[in-house]
Amino acid sequence: MADIRKLRRLMRQLEEQLVVCMRCGMCQAVCPVFAQTGREADVARGKLVLLDGLMQEMLDDPEGVRDRLQRCLLCGSCAANCPSGVNVLEIFLKARAILAGYLGLPPLKRAVFRRLLAHPETLDRVVEFGAVFQKLFARPVNEIVGTSCARFGSPLLADRHFRTLAAVPLHRRRPALNTPAGAAGLRVGFFVGCLIDKLFPNVAEAALRVLEHHGVGVFLPEGQGCCGIPAISSGDTQTFNDLVRRNLEKFDSAGFDLLVTCCATCTSTIKKIWPSLCDDDLAARARSLAARTMDISQFLVKRVKVGGPAAAAANGRVITFHDSCHLKKSLGVYAEPRDLIRANPVYTLKEMAACDDCCGMGGSFNFEHYGLSARIGRLKRDSIAATGCAVVATGCPACMLQISDMLSRAGDRIAVRHPVEIYAESFSAEGRKG
Amino acid sequence: MLSPALIREFKAQVGEDAVFTAAADLMTYSYDAAPLEPVTPALVVRPAGSDALSRAVRLCNQNGLPLTVRGAGTNLSGGTVPPAGGVVIVTNGLNRILEINAEDMYAVVEPGVVTAKFAAASQAQGLFYPPDPGSQAVSTLGGNVAENAGGLRGLKYGVTRDYVMGLEFFDVNGEPIKTGSRTVKCATGYNLAGLLVGSEGTLGVFDRITLKLIPLPAAQRAMVAVFDQADRASETVSAIIAAHIVPATLEFMDNFTIRAVEDYSRVGLPVDAAALLLIEVDGHPAQVKEDAERVEALCRQHGAASIRVARDAAERTKVWEARRSALSALAKLRPTLVLEDATVPRSKIPAMVQAVNDIGRQYRLSIGTFGHAGDGNLHPTILTDKRDKAEWERVEQAIAAIFDRALALGGTLSGEHGTGIAKACFLEKETGPATILYSRRIKKALDPNNILNPGKIIAAAP
Ligand SMILES: Cc1cc2nc3c(=O)[nH]c(=O)nc-3n(C[C@H](O)[C@H](O)[C@H](O)COP(=O)(O)OP(=O)(O)OC[C@H]3O[C@@H](n4cnc5c(N)ncnc54)[C@H](O)[C@@H]3O)c2cc1C
Ligand code: SF4
Ligand code: SF4
Repeated sequence: MADIRKLRRLMRQLEEQLVVCMRCGMCQAVCPVFAQTGREADVARGKLVLLDGLMQEMLDDPEGVRDRLQRCLLCGSCAANCPSGVNVLEIFLKARAILAGYLGLPPLKRAVFRRLLAHPETLDRVVEFGAVFQKLFARPVNEIVGTSCARFGSPLLADRHFRTLAAVPLHRRRPALNTPAGAAGLRVGFFVGCLIDKLFPNVAEAALRVLEHHGVGVFLPEGQGCCGIPAISSGDTQTFNDLVRRNLEKFDSAGFDLLVTCCATCTSTIKKIWPSLCDDDLAARARSLAARTMDISQFLVKRVKVGGPAAAAANGRVITFHDSCHLKKSLGVYAEPRDLIRANPVYTLKEMAACDDCCGMGGSFNFEHYGLSARIGRLKRDSIAATGCAVVATGCPACMLQISDMLSRAGDRIAVRHPVEIYAESFSAEGRKG
Repeated sequence: MLSPALIREFKAQVGEDAVFTAAADLMTYSYDAAPLEPVTPALVVRPAGSDALSRAVRLCNQNGLPLTVRGAGTNLSGGTVPPAGGVVIVTNGLNRILEINAEDMYAVVEPGVVTAKFAAASQAQGLFYPPDPGSQAVSTLGGNVAENAGGLRGLKYGVTRDYVMGLEFFDVNGEPIKTGSRTVKCATGYNLAGLLVGSEGTLGVFDRITLKLIPLPAAQRAMVAVFDQADRASETVSAIIAAHIVPATLEFMDNFTIRAVEDYSRVGLPVDAAALLLIEVDGHPAQVKEDAERVEALCRQHGAASIRVARDAAERTKVWEARRSALSALAKLRPTLVLEDATVPRSKIPAMVQAVNDIGRQYRLSIGTFGHAGDGNLHPTILTDKRDKAEWERVEQAIAAIFDRALALGGTLSGEHGTGIAKACFLEKETGPATILYSRRIKKALDPNNILNPGKIIAAAP
C-alpha cells in the first residue's frame, strides 16, 4: 500500500473545492440514500466531512472513507440543491479516483474495466455470447415491461427482474452511418452508449428514424466505446482515459454540428465529466466536444423545432415521464422530452408526484447496494403506478432498467419507453397511413 | 474509547444496528452548521423508538457519559458539537407524526419529524403551522423546540415557543416527564415546557411534542419596496407597526445582499437600491386588500423610490425566492459564512444597521445584512475564509463588537439561533452573573452529573 502522506498530498488537490461546503445540512432534504437510512455518512455533508478529515489528518481510515463514498448514487440531487454551490459530483469522482489509486481497485472491477470495458470489441463479443445463452438462465416474467428473472439462484442477478440483452445489438444492425445534411440543414454525430447498444437498440433505431425523417444527416462511426462512467465512478482513471481518447478519435475528424445521444448519463458524462476529469492532453478536445454535445430530445426540440403546440389528446393513452437525474439535475433538460411526448397525439401526459426524484439506480450502486437501491426504486414505482399510466417514459436507459425491474417486481403492466420512441411512433403511424 | 462491554450494553439496550462505533461514522457527528472546530464523539446511537431513547439516556447517566442529542445538526451555535468522549443520540429515527387533530387543532409528533414535512401534513388538513426557519426542509421539530427557532413569520405569528402546548421528555435518568396538555388552557403544575423550550438539550430529551395548529389564512399579498436610503426603510418598518398593521412577513435586505442575490439569481432586483423591504400581509381577503393598500401608502410616504406588488401567485413566489436565496447568494462569495443573529427592539433597527456597516469597515470585512426587520432580528452575515488566521481574528472581534452594540441598544445576542457554545461566553454580558448562577443551580439540580449537553448555554460551572 502506498504512503499515506502521499494520499494526503493528493487529497489536498480537493481543498479549494471542499472548503466551499458550509455544513448547512440542506443536502439532507434531497438525498435519496439519506432518506432511507438517516445516516449522516450517507449524505453529501457527511461524505465531505470525511474527505476533509482524511485531508486534515484527523481520520486514518481510507478504506472506511472509500466504502462510505461508494454508498452514493452520484445523482447530483445534493449539488442541485446546495446553497453554497459545492461541486459535489466532481469532488466525489476525484476522491474516488484518488482512493482507488491508493487502495487499488477491487480485482473483479479491475478485470471488468481493464479487460472488457476498455476494449469495446472484446466486450461486444462477450455480450453477444451472453445474448445467445441468456435463454438458458433467464425466464420471461412480464411481457409488457419486457423483463425476465433468473431461472435458478444467481448471486449477481439476485431477485431482479431484468431487461435481457438485445438479440441483435445496434452495432450489428447499423454498424456505421455517414449521411449528409438534408432538409434540416444539420448533421449530427451519434454517440450510442453501451446500454442503448446492447439492451435498447430500438431506442437508437427510433432516434435514427426521427433524424432521417427530419432530414438531419448522421455520422455514426464504427467501434465506439463506453462513455467511461462505470470506470471513473469506481476511480479507474486509466480505463476512463482510454475510453475518452478512443471516443474522441472516433468523432474528432468528422464534420458535424452537434453530438447527440439518447442516454442522459452519456450526455452528462461527455459534457461534465470528460472535460473536468480527463488527462491534460485530452482536455482541450474534450472541452470542445462537450460544448457541442446535446441530449436527443433537446436537439430535436431546440434545433429541429419538433413539437410545438400539439393537439394533445384529452383522453389518450396515459403516459407519465420520469426526470432522470442526469438529464434534469445535471443538464437542466426537462421541458424538451415532455414536448417530444406531447407531439404524439395518441398519448396524454400525466405527471407523477415527485417526478424528478431519483429512481435509485446509480450505476454500480445498484450492484453494490441492491437492497437500498430497490427501496428507493420502489418509491419511484409507487409514484408511477399512482398515475394509472400505461406507459412511463424516461430519457436514460439506466433509469429504464431500474424502473423496469421495479414495475415488474410489483407485477405492474406498464411499458417503459424512451421519449424519442414515443415521438417516432407518431410519424411512423402517419407514414403508414400515407 | 468506550470499553467493549459498554458498547455491547448499548447494543443490547438500544439495538444492534442503532449503535455506530466506526471512526468514519463517528466523525460525521462531530459538527453542526456553526463554523466551530469539530469534536468527534466516542459513540453514536440512533434509537428507533421511545423506549430505546429512554434507555440510551439512562445508560449515559449511569456511566457518566456526556450526551448530546442531535436532530438534523443544522443549528448555528454549536449545540450539537459533542464534548470529547461524549455520546451523540440522533433523533431522526423517531420521525412519526402521531396525530393531527383537525377538530381540536393540535398535533402530536416525535422529535425527529422534519419541520417542512409536518407543515405540509398540517396544510393537507387545512391547518397552519407557522414557524418556518430557513432550514425547515431538513430541521427537526425537536431541534426547533430546543432552539426556540423562529423564521420569516415571527412578527405576526410568533416563534416555536408559541406553538408548544405540551412536552413529554426524558429526564437524565431516562424517566418520562410530562408537561402541558392537548387543551388550549392548562394550569396544572410548573410550566416546565416554558423551561425546556430553548434548553438546547441541557435539561432533558424530548420524546413527544404537542404542537398548536391554527387555521390557514385565506389570502396573501406580497410586495417589494425599494429605498435609496437604508434609514427610510427602517423608518417605514416603524411606521407600519405604529399604524397597527401586522404583516405576516417584513423582511429587510441591504445593498450588499441585494447585489449578491441579483448576481446569483437574476430575479431583477434593483442593484443600486440602498435597501429593500419585502412585505407580505395575510388574512381575510378584504382585510388583506385594505392592509396592502395602507402599507403601500406608508411606504410611499416614507420615501420608497418604487413599490412592486405581486399580482399573482407566480409573482409572489418570485418575491420570496429572492429573499430565500439571500443566504445562498452570500454563501457563494467566500468559503466561510458566519451568520449572526443579534436582535434589537424594532425601533433601533436603523441604528443597528448603521453599527454593522461601521463594524464591517472598521474590521475590513465583507458583511451583508438581511433579516426579519419586523421583529428586530437581523442577520449580519460575515463572509470570510476560516483558513486566513489574521482575518479570522478580525471576524471574532467584529462578532464581539456586534454583540456589544446590540446589547447597548437594549437587544439580545440571539433572536433565534440559540446560545450553544458559540455565544456561551457572552451570555453573562446580557444577563448578569446572578442569572448565570441561577441557571447553573437549576442545571445542577436536574442533572447532577452534568451529562446533558455540557458546555452549552451556560458554559462549564467554575
Ligand atoms: C441554512 C440555515 C437556515 C437557518 N434558518 C433559521 C431560521 O430562519 N430561524 C431559526 O431559528 N434558525 C435557523 N437556522 C438554525 C437551525 O436550523 C435551527 O436552530 C433548528 O431549530 C435546528 O434544528 P435541528 O433539527 O437541526 O437541531 P440540531 O442542530 O440537531 O440541534 C439543535 C439543538 O437542539 C437540541 N436537540 C435536538 N433534538 C432534541 C431533543 N429531541 N431533545 C432535546 N434537545 C434536542 C440539540 O442538542 C441542540 O442543542 C438555520 C440554519 C441553517 C443551516
Ligand atoms: S448543502 Fe452544500 S454547503 Fe450545505 S452541507 Fe450540503 S454540500 Fe455542504
Ligand atoms: S449524489 Fe445523490 S446519493 Fe450521492 S450524496 Fe448527493 S444526493 Fe446523496
